[in-house]
Amino acid sequence: MKIGAWTAVAMLGLTSVTLAQDGNTLSIDGETIVTEAVAPAHLENLDTIYSGWRFRTSETQALQIDDFDNPAMIFVDQALDLFEAVDGSEGKSCSSCHTDGPEEFAGLHASMPKVVDGKLVVMEDLINSHRQDVMGAEPWKWSGADMQAMVALIGLQSRGTPMDVTIDGDAAPFWEKGKELYYTRFGQLEMSCANCHEDNYGTMIRADHLSQGQINGFPTYRLKQAKLISRHNRFRGCIRDTRAETFAEGSDEFRALELYVASRSNGLHVETPAVRQ
Amino acid sequence: MYFRLGLSFAAVICATVAVSEEVKPTEVLFVDGAVEASLSGQPGDPSSGADIMNKGAGNCIACHQVSALAHLPFQGEIGPPLDGVADRWSEAELRGIVTNAKIMFEDSMMPSFYKTEGFIRLGDEYTGKAHGGGEVQPLLTAQQIEDVVAYLVTLKE
Ligand code: HEC
Ligand code: HEC
Ligand code: HEC
Repeated sequence: MKIGAWTAVAMLGLTSVTLAQDGNTLSIDGETIVTEAVAPAHLENLDTIYSGWRFRTSETQALQIDDFDNPAMIFVDQALDLFEAVDGSEGKSCSSCHTDGPEEFAGLHASMPKVVDGKLVVMEDLINSHRQDVMGAEPWKWSGADMQAMVALIGLQSRGTPMDVTIDGDAAPFWEKGKELYYTRFGQLEMSCANCHEDNYGTMIRADHLSQGQINGFPTYRLKQAKLISRHNRFRGCIRDTRAETFAEGSDEFRALELYVASRSNGLHVETPAVRQ
Repeated sequence: MYFRLGLSFAAVICATVAVSEEVKPTEVLFVDGAVEASLSGQPGDPSSGADIMNKGAGNCIACHQVSALAHLPFQGEIGPPLDGVADRWSEAELRGIVTNAKIMFEDSMMPSFYKTEGFIRLGDEYTGKAHGGGEVQPLLTAQQIEDVVAYLVTLKE
């Protein structure tokens, strides 16, 4: 089933491969997306940062250059419906209060995660707090389809905006914690994020072409799983693969890691929703 | 000291009853990153070693290219190609590298294949869950290490 849908999508993509670009320049419906930038000053071991898009095959790349081919857009459309849907004890929808629609959130994604009242919050926190506190609705599951569709819809409003998360002030202790996690060699294979995504990006590990593990395109549509993948789900998978006990989605560890990884993307354009293998 | 005693003890047994003791992961004696004696006390089987290069917890091909195994797809590029590796390293050095590469190569990304302690958040294989708390198994058994070493010494140019 999933394979079927996958192939159909891939075929659609293939038809546009002939129109594809040089593999270095990403332009979506006429808008240029920066996929390569000077590394932010805090990154000591990298000079240049690259979007994960640059490491994908031309077939996968092509799926992202036209929103009609991008399989993630189905979920973004679903989120538009969710935005209008009344839910919870207060009889409200998101649009009851956010009357200008999701466009109101332009730029927000590029600055997330951020510290609010001493707590580090990510987009999933904002969405669920509105559902619970002001709508009286059930929270969505972190990596559930509804949640990630909504994260993608809000993220799309920042597409083409440079990632620019704050790492100093209130954010500093969270950022330090995230950095420490990034360089910790977890599990029986004793590997850190940096082992793969900093020291060895651009090389093959078995069948996988390693990228820098940037998160400017999340949630991403993964062809293998035929759905939107959350940032924390990706982190979980990468840690699990080191034969380690991973952290939970929505844990404070992953919030801090998300802030740190987002800061490594500072300067790259938001690509949400990106397409990956 | 303790390790040496353990080894000579094993050697005595070997000589008298021709049954050899397996060296435990915590008791391996490294000299300049190399390990002289067989970990299992037995010779390795190179054809089993070639299998381990491509599967399970070995999966050396994930990071290394080996021309002699060119029929196996998707050979990785993280470590150097292993062609001619037996010209560069002795058998004892190769045993040391496969046992715990971090002793020969400081901070190496190569996993330590015969090690059972000192991990951070050790998991239960690839489940993402915590290790159950029972005895920790090394990534490869003593005999599997010997099999891989027996295969590596055939890689001459
Ligand atoms: C009862 C009115 C109400 C409802 C319903 C509501 N919001 Fe909000 N929302 C607000 C107000 C007021 C703010 C600005 C103040 C704040 O940040 O809390 C806001 C802010 C936000 C922000 C931006 C926060 C920031 O830091 O800039 C997001 C994202 C958001 N809402 C998403 C949603 C989503 C998604 C839904 C539906 C699941 C929703 N809201 C439902 C009233 C509402
Ligand atoms: C053993 C190597 C390895 C380690 C260690 C590892 N990853 Fe990954 N990661 C991969 C592979 C392979 C992929 C898929 C190909 C790619 O984009 O690099 C990936 C993909 C990703 C992606 C998606 C990138 C995109 O553009 O879609 C992110 C984000 C990521 N990793 C973050 C992390 C973080 C954070 C850590 C540390 C907690 C980590 N990884 C540890 C191998 C690893
Ligand atoms: C995660 C990647 C990775 C895996 C898996 C891996 N290695 Fe390595 N290996 C390396 C790296 C990197 C080096 C280079 C040494 C260093 O770290 O500086 C290396 C070095 C070596 C060397 C020395 C090569 C030379 O020419 O100097 C040998 C021999 C070796 N590995 C054998 C193996 C065997 C056998 C396996 C499987 C049981 C294996 N490796 C699995 C990454 C890996």
